[in-house]
Amino acid sequence: MPETLITILKIIIPFAIIFTFVPLLVWLERKGSAYIQDRPGPNRAAVLGIRLGGLIHPIADVVKLIFKEDICPSQANKAYYIAAPFIALSVACVTFMVIPFAAPYTRDGHIFTFQAAQLNVGVLYILAMTSLSVYGIMLAGWSSNNKYALLGGLRSSAQMVSYELAMGLALIPLIMWSGSLRLNDIVTLQTAQVWRWNFIYEPLACIIFIIAAFAETNRTPFDLPEGESELVAGYHVEYSSLKFAMFFMAEYVNMVIASALIVTLFFGGWQIPFLPTEVLRENAQMILNIVLTVSALLAIIIGFFLILKFKKRTYGDKRDYEVIVLGIPAVLAGFTLILFLLFFGKIPLSTTAELWITAILQIGTFLFKTLFMCWVFIWVRWTVPRTRYDQLMNLGWKILLPLAMVNIVITAVRMLLK
Amino acid sequence: MLFNYSNVLIFSLVGVGFILVTLLVGSLMRPKNPTPEKLSTYECGEEPIGSAWMNFNIRFYVIALVFVIFDVEVVFMFPVVRVFKEWVANGTGVVVLVEMFIFLLILIMGFIYVWAKGDLNWFKKIMK
Repeated sequence: MPETLITILKIIIPFAIIFTFVPLLVWLERKGSAYIQDRPGPNRAAVLGIRLGGLIHPIADVVKLIFKEDICPSQANKAYYIAAPFIALSVACVTFMVIPFAAPYTRDGHIFTFQAAQLNVGVLYILAMTSLSVYGIMLAGWSSNNKYALLGGLRSSAQMVSYELAMGLALIPLIMWSGSLRLNDIVTLQTAQVWRWNFIYEPLACIIFIIAAFAETNRTPFDLPEGESELVAGYHVEYSSLKFAMFFMAEYVNMVIASALIVTLFFGGWQIPFLPTEVLRENAQMILNIVLTVSALLAIIIGFFLILKFKKRTYGDKRDYEVIVLGIPAVLAGFTLILFLLFFGKIPLSTTAELWITAILQIGTFLFKTLFMCWVFIWVRWTVPRTRYDQLMNLGWKILLPLAMVNIVITAVRMLLK
Repeated sequence: MLFNYSNVLIFSLVGVGFILVTLLVGSLMRPKNPTPEKLSTYECGEEPIGSAWMNFNIRFYVIALVFVIFDVEVVFMFPVVRVFKEWVANGTGVVVLVEMFIFLLILIMGFIYVWAKGDLNWFKKIMK
């Protein structure tokens, strides 16, 4: 492939991943909170009777937000008011580009990496970019000329600034172990053995980093900047229409990035447990066949389950037939896949195909781990109550920061004695 | 290497462009009929009294100052810990460790000073 095409793909694919994750997470948040609170959750929006368990709702939300009137308060500082959502969202997206999605491979002397930019200073870049997101929130809070927004912005910036220290210090032991600031090297050194992942080596750093990530993304239990009961909505109280959507998206993009970082740094990144890259490449065909067979069987089982749920006159309209419309194609697709495997499953694969299958499996694993980590974020949000602001600052400055420093000393001594 | 940074630039430009296009599409689609009441500052239905651009608590400023000092510390730590593994392999790890501890110690003393002075407390007793 020509070099420019690769560059374009490398830039488009991370964006595509981010912007498919955001509606998915909005859905997961609403549905997950609903199940945690023992209620059905979103299930009304439908396209031709197809609801997909509420997955249509994010689309309906976007359509609604596009058609809403955009209000800019007359008292506000117009330039900063408009600049703030830009900064918030674009900074959130840019962090994503140093995260590796799969093992790099060498071909004809070229190293092909599955990350948009292979920077020598990956970890520093991430710290720099995450700290830039303070500007978006700060400007939004200040420029709206609203007391709630100002308080939210101030709280948020103080909180993010405090936890950034703990976050940076928690990363230092990892760099000591790996001797590299490249995220790809950090993942490669963790290997496919689960007991060599960093959360086993550095449990304290892992816990500090996860807590700091919750605070950095302004998620519950640290969502004081937008505590509804005190500040209505915090720094984005004056924003409406698409500008509000930008902040809303930025929050979820930040969550995706925090999860991706936690996975990359502590939970083995793209490493598939107990299946190293070389083993994957050698047995690509067998593994592909197994994966396809399992997914075909799953499709058939889910399809049958859906078809069995068909009952006439539950709603008395098109929605009755949703299970049929989804179930029959699933069963058919499953059987087609199995037939395909029976006929073509034995054809040997080319080397390129093996490399790509490995890469796709690793990307899938990485995205699955990230999604699970995002679910942990949502899970915590609907389980743990909000902290008080002085407790938050105490935790950041008086507990996490000294602990992180002690952890550095412990790691250094451990490395010397080893 | 520079090629990679150009990727960063392109990526951020694409990000900004995406947001611009979205806002442009939105501005073509949405209605626009502002009234003075609609454009007034939101304060739960009350008439806002005064501007929000007023003096705010000094604690935020102190926290930001302390942050700058310790953030610089973190940045200075990164190059040292990057080579630490190689130095341990060379057998000169102890020297680096001692140097790093001296550096950390100076900052920890500053941290203790800030803590003892009560600048890390969110609630302060002004009268003693």
